[in-house]
Amino acid sequence: MSRSGTEARPGSGTEARPGSGSRGWLGALPLLAFFALVFGVPAIVLVAGAFTAQGRPSLANLSQSLQGGYLTAMLGSVRLSAVVALLGAVLGTFLAHAIVTSRGTMLREAVLTASGVLANFGGVPLAFFWIATLGNSGVVSGLIGLPSGSLYTFWGLVVVYLYFSVPLMVLAMAPALDGLRPQWREAAANSGATTWHYWRFVALPVLAPAMLGGVVLLFGGAFSAYATANAMVGTVVPLVTLKIASALTGDVLIGYENIALALSLDMVVVAGLVMAIYLPLQRRTSRWLH
Amino acid sequence: MAALTGLERVSGAAPRRPGAWWRGLVFLLAAAYFLVPLGTAFWYTIYTPTAGVSLSAYGELLTADGFARSLSLSLGLAVATIVVVLLLALPAMLAVRLFAPRLRPVMEVLCTLPLVVPPITFVAGIGTALRGGTDLLAPTPFWATLIAVQDPAFPVVLVLAYVVLVLPFVYRSLDAGLRTMDVRTLVEAARNLGASWPYVLVRVIVPNLRSALASASFLTLALVLGEYTVASLLGYEPFAVWIVTVSGSKGQLSVAVSILSLLLIWLLLLAVSTVFSREKGK
Repeated sequence: MSRSGTEARPGSGTEARPGSGSRGWLGALPLLAFFALVFGVPAIVLVAGAFTAQGRPSLANLSQSLQGGYLTAMLGSVRLSAVVALLGAVLGTFLAHAIVTSRGTMLREAVLTASGVLANFGGVPLAFFWIATLGNSGVVSGLIGLPSGSLYTFWGLVVVYLYFSVPLMVLAMAPALDGLRPQWREAAANSGATTWHYWRFVALPVLAPAMLGGVVLLFGGAFSAYATANAMVGTVVPLVTLKIASALTGDVLIGYENIALALSLDMVVVAGLVMAIYLPLQRRTSRWLH
Repeated sequence: MAALTGLERVSGAAPRRPGAWWRGLVFLLAAAYFLVPLGTAFWYTIYTPTAGVSLSAYGELLTADGFARSLSLSLGLAVATIVVVLLLALPAMLAVRLFAPRLRPVMEVLCTLPLVVPPITFVAGIGTALRGGTDLLAPTPFWATLIAVQDPAFPVVLVLAYVVLVLPFVYRSLDAGLRTMDVRTLVEAARNLGASWPYVLVRVIVPNLRSALASASFLTLALVLGEYTVASLLGYEPFAVWIVTVSGSKGQLSVAVSILSLLLIWLLLLAVSTVFSREKGK
């Protein structure tokens, strides 16, 4: 690290003060040390704990975290996130397309601003909004005669999660849709392509990386969400974040903390795999769209 | 979870095309889905069958038990997080830019990791590390430090965790700001004229980065005020946790607070985008 510090300064004026330049990289040291302590130590503890049972190295926690109720919760989380990601991507793309092709600048600005706000609106307040609307004593559920408890189900969670996922997709897709040039459509039309052909062979291939990137983003958001689910369903719908929380807070038998760590490790692996798809895609998105 | 904050402006005129009917339908459905919960939540806070329409839930808020305490704790945590994250990130990013370009990939990975790792797994690691650390360090003076860090009056451990959680957003914000200026030339000019390093930082870099620093701060403020997972699982009660606590006994009040928090997010993001567009206008 120190060597690169000196090489990176071809004949710069800082040589007027000998020594100060070559120590310049030290500016990065506090952040690196901080990160190693606050992020690195918990990460090591997590991995170590996940592989320890009764004080000995063991795979018991991990295998237990992939069985029974824990497996159900993990699959429930993955299924919920997948449904939210796919539905949110489709609906968000439709909405983004409607915004991008609409003529009213005011409407467009208003919808994009609202998307920015709602995409960041999650957690507990979001849950309370929907409980007031479709909860057991909610305003709308009384009007439409919704059966009691409908909101506190898998599909209830989907409806609630879409409230921040669709705006997030709109934000992800609007720039990509704006990058579709009218000339491409005209060229396709002049070559005899129908609207379907245009979308199938021109627009969708160009938009695909942005869309897949958006899907991954939505998946990650729904997968790691805890506050909303906790405030809404408690433990009615099995989700991995809820299982981790109850194992951590000692609602269950003592000695289950390492199960929580093993579940966390499972989650990090899933999230890591999903991100591994996302990052290269994000780089590709910019290829056609400028 | 990633850095889509609504700052990204979409430009370009829309081409005229037929098909207004389906566009109208999409807007109608979207408006219904997004506005109805907003409207009903507001209605829920102002109307009760017994008392009729009144704004008492909002008035009650100010005197509610724990409101002032939890909000001031959250604001304190936010300010401390902003100060710490900027003091750590800015020198590091300058150092990487000026002296150690090879560290750049390392920095980028560090500033992306908190986005990949779900907060609940992060808090699982922190909680276990704190418990283990307290046992392990019991015979040493570090033990007192570890206890002080977990002081419920001002849990420094939350500040530490939040710094990690907001680092990706701060990094992107500052990186965008540093791109707009020629850091190397500015620093070298100032150094050649005899300016000391602290002087360069405070009088040359910071004024040029004002909007990036402001947007990083606003985003941090929004994230810290709304953070629930880490705080609740470590057993502290800042604002977002207090809302849940109070919701058990006072439903109307908690929905009222939720509406106010949506307004707050809107204001903070508005501030960020105003800062950004003013910068672009120059």
